[in-house]
Amino acid sequence: MSGVFLRTVVSADQLGRTVIRIAHEILEKDQSGDELALVGIHTRGAFLAGRLADLLEQFSGREVPVGELDISLYRDDVAARGSLTIRPKLPHPEVRGTNLPFGVDEKTIVLVDDVLFTGRTIRAAVDALFDYGRPARIQLAVLVDRGHRELPIRPDYVGKNLPTAVGERINVLLQEVDGVDEIVLEGAAE
Amino acid sequence: MNRHLLSINDISREEIESVLATARKDFLGLPQRNIKKVPTLRGRTIIDLFYENSTRTSTSFELAGKRLSADVINVKSGSSAAGKGESLKDTVLTLSAYRPDIIVVRHPHVGAPAFISRFTEAHVINAGDGKGEHPTQCLLDIFSLMQVYRSLKGLKVAIVGDIFHSRVARSNLLGFQKMGMKVTLIAPPALLPRGVEALGAEVSHSLDDLAGADVIYLLRLQTERHQDANFMPSLREYIDRYCVGRRHVRRGQRVLHPGPINRGVEIESELVDSDGNMILQQVEAGLAVRMAVLYRIIVDNAVPAAPAELKEGGRKIKAARRTLNRELQKTS
Repeated sequence: MSGVFLRTVVSADQLGRTVIRIAHEILEKDQSGDELALVGIHTRGAFLAGRLADLLEQFSGREVPVGELDISLYRDDVAARGSLTIRPKLPHPEVRGTNLPFGVDEKTIVLVDDVLFTGRTIRAAVDALFDYGRPARIQLAVLVDRGHRELPIRPDYVGKNLPTAVGERINVLLQEVDGVDEIVLEGAAE
Repeated sequence: MNRHLLSINDISREEIESVLATARKDFLGLPQRNIKKVPTLRGRTIIDLFYENSTRTSTSFELAGKRLSADVINVKSGSSAAGKGESLKDTVLTLSAYRPDIIVVRHPHVGAPAFISRFTEAHVINAGDGKGEHPTQCLLDIFSLMQVYRSLKGLKVAIVGDIFHSRVARSNLLGFQKMGMKVTLIAPPALLPRGVEALGAEVSHSLDDLAGADVIYLLRLQTERHQDANFMPSLREYIDRYCVGRRHVRRGQRVLHPGPINRGVEIESELVDSDGNMILQQVEAGLAVRMAVLYRIIVDNAVPAAPAELKEGGRKIKAARRTLNRELQKTS
């Protein structure tokens, strides 16, 4: 009988500590002074960026601007994959797009996403950022790196490396969207 | 969205809301950026085929395509082979040989866009066909209203003027009703199509009935289409009875007009220049909405082609979930 297995790979406590560690690492590496800004990629990356911004302020005493990026217009598979991911399933009056409440010129931007997989989302995000200005540098923070990169992209800050099979899924659940903090590995059991 | 957008009836209320959400989220803010362009339709070709004069529709479709990074070709009847006697079918077959992804068409004859859609692989968007329809105008009007009203349900709109010759009236009557709005048509009897009540609208011949409306939608008097019959005793009489001015508009009522406007004919000059009207907001909405339509007609019709393993994995997971759910239901 085929079934699906769900395995919690990161618990709420661990997830919280991981985000705190990433915040510390960002501060440790930061040489930009006041020019640091966080940009979360929709949907869960945006919430993670919000959490990191709070922590950075708590640890460093300075406010770090935070924005969010919707990359659907910059995807490389608009033609092929189409409606699989882009089409809003339900009409949602509060669909939020890109919101960058600061100029990106000369900033050190830390892109934040939940899962790093092929790298194509990040490529799109970098392209999108450049349409808003010219950042001094762009770094990448992800909660999970699950491997299988298809582009020469590497993260600067990694919460957890989780080697996976291509057919498996990593579901990052966050309090803000899912009501719980958890990372779940989902796969088909033979 | 369906393969083609020929009529406002090609798109459901849910789809309208979804496409307009795309317009608002992705495209409305774009003109405020320094780089007013996104790479979404890079490599795509759009042909704008216009057999009738147009300023805002043709410029906004052209700009919409260009801001999506598509290659846009404008073919205007005056300067095309149509002037040399080529049939519409042959023109479309010729242009289709260039493999365009979308053909946007305006034509003086009703049904021309539907006719064209039989001879081309491209998506066909109706940008106005004679007295037929003008679906993207309807979408942008709904969008403009959604910017100011929380819900359109139950909203009363009076459409005033040359209903008979207006494709905008036709699309908007259908579209507004689809969104739950109540429509009253106000026009002299000769400028109302016979039997229009059957479409569910109230009919009136007097501007006095503007009083009960939330929204006043004015139409241009299309005198260029009046050649074949006598629709009015005189222009002066029409103006006396049907030209809408500031005195007809009470506070809180919104005034819309699809343009081009004829000052002093269907709308008084003062009303055009007052801030009570939404005419320029409609133009702004037109660009965002047409970008959303061009984008969604491509994306919604694209063939899903996720990497094979991913699809395989996804299928297995979905199948397993179904089994799991079934068993859970059994046990509970």
